[in-house]
Amino acid sequence: MKYACLVYLTESEITALSQGEWDALNNECMAFGETRVGSVEQLGGEALEPTHTATTVRVRNGRVMTTDGPFAETKEQLAGFYAIEAKDLDEAIAFAAQIPPARYGTIEVRPLRTLVAEGNTR
Amino acid sequence: MEDIRRTVDAVYREESRRVLATLIRLLGDFDLAEEAMHEAFRGAIEQWPREGVPANPRAWLVSAGRFKGIDRIRKRRRSSPLDDDFAEQLPAETEDLAVMLDEDLEDDRLRLIFTCCHPALQPDARVALTLREVCGLTTEEIARAFLTAPSTLAQRIVRAKNKIKVARIPYVVPSREQLPERLDAVLRVVYLVFNEGYAASSGNSLTRHDLSAEAIRVGRLLVELLPEPEAIGLLALMLLHESRRAARTSPTGELVLLDAQDRSRWDRALIAEGTALLQRALATQNFGGYTLQAAISSVHAAAPTAAVTNWAEIVGWYDVLLRLEPTPVVELNRAVAVAMCDGPAAGLTLVDELLGRGELAEYHLAHAARADLCRRLGKSADARTSYERALDLTQLEPERRFLERRLAELSH
Repeated sequence: MKYACLVYLTESEITALSQGEWDALNNECMAFGETRVGSVEQLGGEALEPTHTATTVRVRNGRVMTTDGPFAETKEQLAGFYAIEAKDLDEAIAFAAQIPPARYGTIEVRPLRTLVAEGNTR
Repeated sequence: MEDIRRTVDAVYREESRRVLATLIRLLGDFDLAEEAMHEAFRGAIEQWPREGVPANPRAWLVSAGRFKGIDRIRKRRRSSPLDDDFAEQLPAETEDLAVMLDEDLEDDRLRLIFTCCHPALQPDARVALTLREVCGLTTEEIARAFLTAPSTLAQRIVRAKNKIKVARIPYVVPSREQLPERLDAVLRVVYLVFNEGYAASSGNSLTRHDLSAEAIRVGRLLVELLPEPEAIGLLALMLLHESRRAARTSPTGELVLLDAQDRSRWDRALIAEGTALLQRALATQNFGGYTLQAAISSVHAAAPTAAVTNWAEIVGWYDVLLRLEPTPVVELNRAVAVAMCDGPAAGLTLVDELLGRGELAEYHLAHAARADLCRRLGKSADARTSYERALDLTQLEPERRFLERRLAELSH
């Protein structure tokens, strides 16, 4: 069973960290990428640059509309993600709890949906 | 035939929750398991008159239900061959029935409780699902007890079951590392159901009482299957509260406070059972908030009259509880106990300090407690203001009537 672990952080809290603290957290994340939690397999994952670097793209009536910024102003911002293969939700939760930024922000665990030719769930 | 009907009905009452719990594990799907169970009972009504009641009705029902369920999975698979999800779910048919009916059976009931109370489900849905699946209440019964529209409640249950399936919430007793958090979620659901049936005497009091009875039933089941200190402590707490049910409302439905209750109407058997459980929980030396609340309740239970209540012991228990759960509500309750122990002035100082911090400003019982202390100190004007504030904040009818009576008494 595949899950995404979406990492949300409050960017202002991250900017408030000292360079040393921020680097330490990043080192922890790099090490975590090599860590095994239970039988969970890390399929992939990336960290994101802050939302002020984001560009939002929509297509309406065939026209591309490009705007500056993230798609929505929220208290916490998407800061990175992991894609994992876990036995069940309990194992995915155990993995999410080990993600270093979980101590600062929020990890949202979502099952990945398989696209099929017909009868897609929604 | 009538006899068989009665037997099947009795077996249904006794065994249907266990049969369902096992079928959910074997079939991997709540709805499918429920359909399969009902088909199995229908099968029993047809076959048992001809073949006699089997020696082990539960095993017969699980086996029959499993076959019906597998049959349904096969039919579904034929109608949508692309859906490999069901192929994956199809249980091994060669599995030995004796093996699957073995010691795992008791665990199935625990699995069901833990899955229904999984923290990944909405709190409201945990309560509804537990009452529906673990207690076997109908959606209509649950809706009535919680004064909710049946359609709202049904939707809540459908969503929860869907999340269990799509997010793959496992059907397991949690591992040792996860157990404290997960047991806590279970106990919270049980206590919430109990309080829903106990605290509010508004609405239909009969259905409300049933909720407390259901909570105690699940509490007993937990203590039987997973005797963790806090599970024992919670059962003790519920039994000690329940022992006072008859005494806490007057014949006209008015709320009677602890100090005015007719203690001869307290249920001695429940007090004895609750007290014994409390001792068991305390002996583990690894207890928590439920056990401590039960300890406080047991001090009241042990006092033949309100006047001889050992308030010093109660304050002592609150001190321990406050260290464990430093919440304003616990502080408020401690302040009331201090007032009983050291006089209303000491209590009022604590309550005013607490209200001054603002956390309990919207909590009607904080104002009611302040009003009562002012009344006892002869500060009628202060008492009036606080009773009025408490009245503004409470919605419960018996509590309103109680506060109004106290207000009226102030004028005399």
